Amino acid sequence: MLALEGIVVEQGNFRLTADFVVEAGARVAVLGPSGAGKSTLLSVVAGFLAPDAGRVLCDGQDLTGLEPGERPVSIVFQDNNLFPHLTVAQNVGLGVKPSLRLSQEEAAKVEASLKRVGLEGFGGRRPAELSGGQASRVALARVLLRARPVMLLDEPFAALGPALRTEMLELVREVAAETGATVLMVTHDPGDAARLGGQTVLVADGMARAPVETQALLADPPPELQEYLGAG
Amino acid sequence: MRTPIIATALIATFAGPVLAQDKPVLRVLTYDSFITEWGPGPQIEAAFEETCGCDLQLIGSGDGAALLSRIRLEGARSDADVVLGLDNNLMALAKETGLFAPHGIEAELDLPIAWDDDLFLPFDWGYFAFVYDTTKLSDVPGSLEELAASDLQVILEDPRTSTPGLGLLMWVESVFGDTSGAYWEALSDNILTVTKGWSEAYGLFLDGEADMVLSYTTSPAYHIVAEDDATKAAAAFSEGHYMQVEVAGKLAGTDQPELADTFLRFMLTDGFQGVIPTTNWMYPAVLPEVGLPDGFGGLVEPDVALMYPPEEADSAREAALEKWLAALAR
Amino acid sequence: MRVIGGLIQALAVALVLALTLGTLAAVAWRAEEAPRLGPAEWAAIRFTLIQAALSAVLSVALAVPVARALARRSFPGRSVLVTLLGAPFILPTIVAVLGLLAVFGRNGLLSVLLVLLGLEPVQIYGLHGVVLAHVFFNLPLATRLILQGWLAIPAERFRLAASLGMGPGEVTRVLEWPMLRSVVPGCLLVIFLICTTSFAVALALGGGPRGTTVELAIYQAFRFEFDLGKAALLSLIQFGICAVAALAAWRVALPGGFGGGLDRVVERWGIGSFWLRAQDAAVVVLAAAFLLVPLGLIVARGVPGIGSLGAPVFAATGRSLAVALLSALLTLVLGLALAELAQRRRGRYAAWVEALAALSIAVSPLVIGTGLFILIFRLTDPVALALPITAVVNALMSLPFAYRAMAPSLAEIETVYGRLGDSLGMRGWARLRYLVLPRLARPMGFAAGLAAALSMGDLGVIALFADPDRVTLPMQLYALMSGYRMEEAAAAALLLLLCSLGLFWVFDRGGRLRAGA
Repeated sequence: MLALEGIVVEQGNFRLTADFVVEAGARVAVLGPSGAGKSTLLSVVAGFLAPDAGRVLCDGQDLTGLEPGERPVSIVFQDNNLFPHLTVAQNVGLGVKPSLRLSQEEAAKVEASLKRVGLEGFGGRRPAELSGGQASRVALARVLLRARPVMLLDEPFAALGPALRTEMLELVREVAAETGATVLMVTHDPGDAARLGGQTVLVADGMARAPVETQALLADPPPELQEYLGAG
Repeated sequence: MRTPIIATALIATFAGPVLAQDKPVLRVLTYDSFITEWGPGPQIEAAFEETCGCDLQLIGSGDGAALLSRIRLEGARSDADVVLGLDNNLMALAKETGLFAPHGIEAELDLPIAWDDDLFLPFDWGYFAFVYDTTKLSDVPGSLEELAASDLQVILEDPRTSTPGLGLLMWVESVFGDTSGAYWEALSDNILTVTKGWSEAYGLFLDGEADMVLSYTTSPAYHIVAEDDATKAAAAFSEGHYMQVEVAGKLAGTDQPELADTFLRFMLTDGFQGVIPTTNWMYPAVLPEVGLPDGFGGLVEPDVALMYPPEEADSAREAALEKWLAALAR
Repeated sequence: MRVIGGLIQALAVALVLALTLGTLAAVAWRAEEAPRLGPAEWAAIRFTLIQAALSAVLSVALAVPVARALARRSFPGRSVLVTLLGAPFILPTIVAVLGLLAVFGRNGLLSVLLVLLGLEPVQIYGLHGVVLAHVFFNLPLATRLILQGWLAIPAERFRLAASLGMGPGEVTRVLEWPMLRSVVPGCLLVIFLICTTSFAVALALGGGPRGTTVELAIYQAFRFEFDLGKAALLSLIQFGICAVAALAAWRVALPGGFGGGLDRVVERWGIGSFWLRAQDAAVVVLAAAFLLVPLGLIVARGVPGIGSLGAPVFAATGRSLAVALLSALLTLVLGLALAELAQRRRGRYAAWVEALAALSIAVSPLVIGTGLFILIFRLTDPVALALPITAVVNALMSLPFAYRAMAPSLAEIETVYGRLGDSLGMRGWARLRYLVLPRLARPMGFAAGLAAALSMGDLGVIALFADPDRVTLPMQLYALMSGYRMEEAAAAALLLLLCSLGLFWVFDRGGRLRAGA
């Protein structure tokens, strides 16, 4: 269970508040107009940004003061998820140990996770030799391997074509199911939110609202969402 | 395993030779060119160590002027025993430091002047002179006056940073006295450049940059002896030539006073003096038994040897330097 | 590991402060009487300002057409020429001056030509000689910095300008002028600062008391007058000149990333006219001749004597190489530590770190050397430590350039990959080993090459300490000149040139290869 208690972030004219709970294992899309604070919300959970007030709890543990790497959280960014100077296996291996001093057993796990995302035998390649979809798979293989209770995705597949995007969202669902992770995924596309299944947090007008069932939300959008979606 | 090897190599490089022997060590602080492989240093070190039962360490420190700064910087804490390479113009300043002890040696010297300084002993000497290339210059000036009146280009050394430069300053001062400022102004259009030290000046001259260079009457001997080249000559000036006497002295703080005395006495014997003409290219302070090498025979020998007594040199230097700066800094 | 990183950063700050301000304090403390500045010192201050300003303005003014020609023309040998543009900056001063004299001296190539034409030979000594040498050293630097500005203009803008039918003049006004306005001030400042502390050039070509810089006056105060107070005061004045220049240009961003990436040519339209092509060709040929002929003459004069070089020259070369390598390593550690520090603490604090990294551009190596001598003399024999001390001081003198090469890249690495590294818990050694060092390989290779080359050619501080067992190659070269060994000196100059350029090439190349992997 991920709880955001009385979160307030202020940066100049920008203000974001959040106060809600996400059930363990839920898959939640974070939807809203650009500049509303979707990524800011993820940054607070990931530990990149300390909120001006409030705290984040994960399964009852207060995350305040924990470094990003110490949090029970994995994150996939829009791009630059892989270090271009390291091999695919090293990039995934960082998820096991940042020192990359892997035991045989751990190396086998890396290989297994690559196999799981359909990249068996890709371990020795460099990111430059991968397609966009393959790079996303490597990032997900690392998430799989880390098996942290919370999985954050910040518009991860925005650069991919529609078919590939659907495929990746399916993989995300599978990875989340296998690790039992709670998913928070930022997107500006209601279609992605629908495909992810589960719930949606609407971020608009300086406030991240509590998650509601995505289907119900899209069927009967509140005024803020209507405005974002266009009168339609 | 590679790391220790590299580390050992580095330590060996940086720490220099480590001497693990019980022989007493005599440290002689001198100028750089004295200790180069073609300088007097190596032969003199070998000759002295044959008889002294000691380890002679020659330590270089810039040129004669820098030598004095080094002594003043180190003060009484210096672990040098002897300083070799100051000259008559710097002696008063050196004396003022109070760091030197009397040598107590009575010596028969072959100098054109009388010498009775109780702190410093000469080891060689020479005359400053303007050197030229006989194949390029036919109308050679016969005096400082003629030089200033000519349209020749000369290279000088800076009196603040080099002993030849200071030598010329004193030369002009001793010849012109109160009118030396006017002389420098008259000379200023003949000065191609003023260099930091003798080596730059002489190098530029050899590259053909100027008609004449401030050096020594003995400089042509190098070209004759070492290169069999008789095209370089020193111009004889009718006002006389200023002398440089290079000296050595014992530091009062030495922990090897007897060994230092032994070295100073050795300095005036053939083992030291015989090496001087063809390595330092100066006249030896005591003529060796075999006499001077051939190349020295045809050198210019001035009729008048000019030199301020060391005790007057310092005050003359300061006044002369101000006039020099005033004439040339504009 | 984090503790160790912090410790190294603290040590780096302490070391830089101790070597710059600490040594100055030590010199002032040993001063025997209150300093007094005479007319000669004031003349030196005036001369310093004039020559530095002239050198900066001329270098930049000449660099603009050269950079423009290089930015918009591709021709065979262009990349070699761009590489060679890096050479003069890392050239040992003493070698470069020999090369310049071979061209511009009374007996040089140019004078010989002029005499053949029935004209007067050129006279290189004095203000114009000093400025000429400074332009020789800094024109290539300015060209590289401005070329970088040109290549930073997005190609789309030139395409847009072409589609709007803009001619060369309009492109200059709309695209190039604004770029120059942002790049040129920083460029002027850097060259002004470099020339302010000029020592060896003024020494060789100043032509006497008329052409004395402050640094040269400091040297004189030390060497002959033994006036430590005056040396300290002059050093402070030099500090002040640099500080005022830096403050006057406070808003100016110092150019960063001296590194590479200059192989690209800006794709341009509407510059195909014969006149423009001839103009660019002439500019490139003249600049190349100005820079390469002196280098060529050093090689030509040095080759005959190479065979006659003795063992002491090679021993000195070995020592210089060891010092250069140690100095390069130290430069990297110092530069990286300060860049990390500035990165971690942004805002005002970072500005102080930046200033600290740039501090040694304003200090006198002679003051550092003498200050160290005074401090170390109380503890142990400074002569025994001559080589390590030289390596440390040389590292400090290279630090401003190394820092400028590394800090912007480090900031970029943190922007692009910092969060990924954080989220994976990469800290301390793991972050350095798997994120920072591989991504920073290129600027680090460049910085190490620069530091090694500058150290290789430095004559300065070692001269205060060395004894015959610790003579470096520049000292040996100097000694050869003192010993009437002109042919060997020319050969040693060539050896020194090869070592300096070779060290730079090896490190820079190594960095590029690592970065490319």
